[in-house]
Amino acid sequence: MASRKLVSLEQTEHLSWLAKVELSEEEKRVFTEQLNRILEFFRKLDEVDTSNVQPTYHVVELTNVFREDEPASPLPQEEALRNAAHKKNGYFVAPKIV
Amino acid sequence: MKRLLELTLFELVDALRRGNVSREDVVDAYLSRIKEVDSKLHAYLAVNEEMRSNSSSEGLLFNAPIAIKDNISTRGLPTTCASKILEGYIPPYDATTVARIKAEGGLIIGKTNMDEFAMGSSTENSAYGPTYNPWNLECVPGGSSGGSAAAVAAREAVASLGSDTGGSVRCPAAFCGVVGVKPTYGLVSRYGLVAYANSLEQIGPITRDVRDAALLLSVICGRDPNDSTSVDPPSKDYLSALVVDVKGLKAGIPKEFFGEGTDPRVAEAVWRAIKLLESHGMEYEEVSFPHLPYSLPAYYIIAMSEASSNLARYDGVRYGFSAFEEGEEWVKVFSKTRALGFGAEVKRRIILGTFALSAGYYDQYYLKALKVRTLIKGDFDCAFKKFDVLLAPTMPLPAFKIGERIEDPLAMYMVDIDTVPINLAGIPAISVPCGFVDGLPVGLQIMAAPFHEHVMFRVAYTYEQCSSYHNLKPPI
Amino acid sequence: MQQQQDVVIGLEVHVQLTSLKTKLFCSCPSDYRGKPPNTHTCPVCLGLPGSLPVVNKKAIEFAVMAALALNCQVSERAVFFRKNYFYVDMSKNFQISMYDRAGGTPIGRGGYVDIDVDGTRKRVRISRIQLEEDPARLVHLGPIELSPYTLVDYNRAGIALLEIVTEPDLSSPKEARIFLQKLRSILEHCGIFDGSLEGSMRCDANISLAGGARVEIKNITSFKEVERALSFEIARQRELLKRGQQVRRETRHWDEDRRMTFTLRVKEEEHDYRYFPEPDLVPIVITEDFIERVRSMMPELPDHRAERFMREYGLPEYDARVLTSEKALADFFEACVKLYPSPKKVSNWLMTDTMRVLNEYNLDWSSIKMEPEHLAELLKLMDDGVISIKIAKLLIFDVVLKGIPPSKLVEEKGMKRIVDENYLSQLIEKIFREFPKAVQDALKDEKAVHFLVGQVMRHTKGRADPALTNELIRRKLNELQRSS
Ligand SMILES: [Mg+2]
Ligand SMILES: [Zn+2]
Repeated sequence: MASRKLVSLEQTEHLSWLAKVELSEEEKRVFTEQLNRILEFFRKLDEVDTSNVQPTYHVVELTNVFREDEPASPLPQEEALRNAAHKKNGYFVAPKIV
Repeated sequence: MKRLLELTLFELVDALRRGNVSREDVVDAYLSRIKEVDSKLHAYLAVNEEMRSNSSSEGLLFNAPIAIKDNISTRGLPTTCASKILEGYIPPYDATTVARIKAEGGLIIGKTNMDEFAMGSSTENSAYGPTYNPWNLECVPGGSSGGSAAAVAAREAVASLGSDTGGSVRCPAAFCGVVGVKPTYGLVSRYGLVAYANSLEQIGPITRDVRDAALLLSVICGRDPNDSTSVDPPSKDYLSALVVDVKGLKAGIPKEFFGEGTDPRVAEAVWRAIKLLESHGMEYEEVSFPHLPYSLPAYYIIAMSEASSNLARYDGVRYGFSAFEEGEEWVKVFSKTRALGFGAEVKRRIILGTFALSAGYYDQYYLKALKVRTLIKGDFDCAFKKFDVLLAPTMPLPAFKIGERIEDPLAMYMVDIDTVPINLAGIPAISVPCGFVDGLPVGLQIMAAPFHEHVMFRVAYTYEQCSSYHNLKPPI
Repeated sequence: MQQQQDVVIGLEVHVQLTSLKTKLFCSCPSDYRGKPPNTHTCPVCLGLPGSLPVVNKKAIEFAVMAALALNCQVSERAVFFRKNYFYVDMSKNFQISMYDRAGGTPIGRGGYVDIDVDGTRKRVRISRIQLEEDPARLVHLGPIELSPYTLVDYNRAGIALLEIVTEPDLSSPKEARIFLQKLRSILEHCGIFDGSLEGSMRCDANISLAGGARVEIKNITSFKEVERALSFEIARQRELLKRGQQVRRETRHWDEDRRMTFTLRVKEEEHDYRYFPEPDLVPIVITEDFIERVRSMMPELPDHRAERFMREYGLPEYDARVLTSEKALADFFEACVKLYPSPKKVSNWLMTDTMRVLNEYNLDWSSIKMEPEHLAELLKLMDDGVISIKIAKLLIFDVVLKGIPPSKLVEEKGMKRIVDENYLSQLIEKIFREFPKAVQDALKDEKAVHFLVGQVMRHTKGRADPALTNELIRRKLNELQRSS
């Protein structure tokens, strides 16, 4: 068990809502426990003084990589739709929104 | 002449171009080899029987059957990332690396098993069952590119592509006794590589020897207009770097790579390799990297954060598994699709990454990890002012038993201790076989400064030519 | 209009860069309107695994131009971020957008737009301008809440959007509409935007009343809708406050068909977007040179054009502002003045008669069929006495709506002015027989004369030459006077 509880069961629930991954009651319990252990391990970084350090977003420092505004042929409709589990009249079928 | 399956990529292409063997011979030999052993190894998730009839151009990889990790898009061939959520998904396009292999006449022999979405170090996290180590079927082949390494070791492919986010090429290469390269970040296009952690990962070759790795890397490298983070190297000719000569080269031996948790027999094998290179004129010196102990947490925070966003697209609408039911509301359907489609480790990383990026925690975790990354990169920058290469074990231990670590996520993360710093720093590294422990291969890791692959290859080639481990063949 | 000093409105406008040929991050053609669903897609805009975005260079140029046109400070370094949230119109379940962190800022900050409200100028501050990708288009079977599923068309997914955010400087729905019209005109003058394309300008509005919380309204799809949506929302909130109830902080959806807003989500469900720099894209550095190059390409903007109209054509300020409120209208005016060099007359006919036709049919300038040549011709036909002003006001309907040249209409409909003395004399005699009482009155009373002229006009559908008709009637009355 973690010495400090960094994540509560309710937080795990909220994270699963944010990430749109449904968790069973058992998963919530196990995940909360594992999350706390892993986060405790992550806290090792607290030891490092980074007060004057810039973050590294890219290891290769590139800027202004662009493409020209020239059209290329798109995928044919049937190719675009080929991998969809549900489709109708050329549209993808998604769940209802309200 | 060697038996066909024993030819290296370089030798096989040569034989094919000379007409000493035909494409039919090669394809038959490899397909029957897969039939013979893959039921035991499970290196493949899909085999491309159609490659018999595919036409190919006479290039550097003329008619050579190359296996592709299942997270690299192949037009017309399934690309599942070993996940249930991508079951049945067939990309309408080739990854740039795959297109480049095809343009040089290479054949795509099949798609190899892996940890789901490359999350793991043992290939046990595959939704389709684990891959087994060809040297010992009770052991893992390493991961996440376990299938790609096992296939090459077991002669099921002449070479393969893997992807390396935190060691996923080098770890299985070490565990399976083959050569694996993690190129400099940006050297190889990621277009078509299913993203796990974009800022860390590169596609790299897995081959039987160093020359094959140099050949395959020279084919797949270079700027791609479809990948904004890709660049051209000073020279793509890595074959000409292959000389047996390390005289005057300086190697740094970072102490932290031999620390607590390193199997002494692994350390010993690596030291023997260092001494061998020394006897050929290389100088070495031990060094210390103060921020190295922070690599693992920094790596996992960054990887999980990026992953949580990358994996959001799997909602069942456009491709892959879907729990859609008419009349059911979208949050419910998406959450159910993802609950049923992702495995436990993937869910764990998505949740952790979501946490590390969320309001109130971003600075403390994600931003902090990126700052630590700067310090780790600084350690390496500093070392490469003094040294041409750094030498270390690839893995702190030989392949472990299947099931031994899978229940404990942290124990599994710990085995990446020697590979993740390389991805954080964005530098190139190669793993070459350098010995055996309990009949299992050990890998020597050779790191170089960014875009200095030629130096890395030169040292690796010299070592290989002066040793014989790469000639050993797994018992399967 | 009622003073609404307690109303505070801020807008977040999304404008498609319709002049681009391709999408923001892929080479799919951007002309998706009217095309079959999912025919303008590729691995990138479908969010296929392994695909990567690449920035459209022209989009950056256009965004910088917009920033300059809206008087913004242009960023030296812009960084794309991922805005993480799930929704059915998202192909990746994150939107690539801009954000001010990681050493970057949005393309533009701290600008303003001056608008004219009931004759007074008002400055609306722009807090930021940035680039982002449009989501897919959703189609429902019947009303949203009854549809068992949602149909998704990714043709629109990835179209370059300019997000323009104002400070809460607007104080009425009317001001919001005027602001959007002005914005549209500015961007159209830049040549980066065509507001006549359906759904090319959409906005979300933040609105609060004194004593109530801030409410966000989403899904306002045009500047006509913005006035309706905000008026509804003000009425709703006022009613709540009047009854002593709370206005809660929430996000509401504007339902265009039912003309009402409804709750989308309350504050507790607000998103945590988990912004972080897009690792697949590199920072954009905007140099002083680049900005100068864009500035040098910048065409004349509406305010300058209005000033020029006043100077060059001697138009009153009101005319100049109205004419430049839409680029197409201003272009039309100038083209027409070239052919018919009487600016005030052209302006009058555009601002009153042409507008009247459009208003009557609820159309806007984009749907006009009239060419500048047509209006010039119409004005010339009047000058030449071929048609009366009444006929001209009649003809303009077919000219505006169908684009038929006025001369052809005059020919086809026989609309020429009647100057035939014989014909008119006979008609007048007939009318005199019909209205003997009016004729008697007309001998003494001028009003009755007008009545008789009106009868002639009625019979000739306004085509009788008024001067000649008048003269003939008076001649006839004189004859009667003498003979009696
Ligand atoms: Mg936006
Ligand atoms: Zn596209």
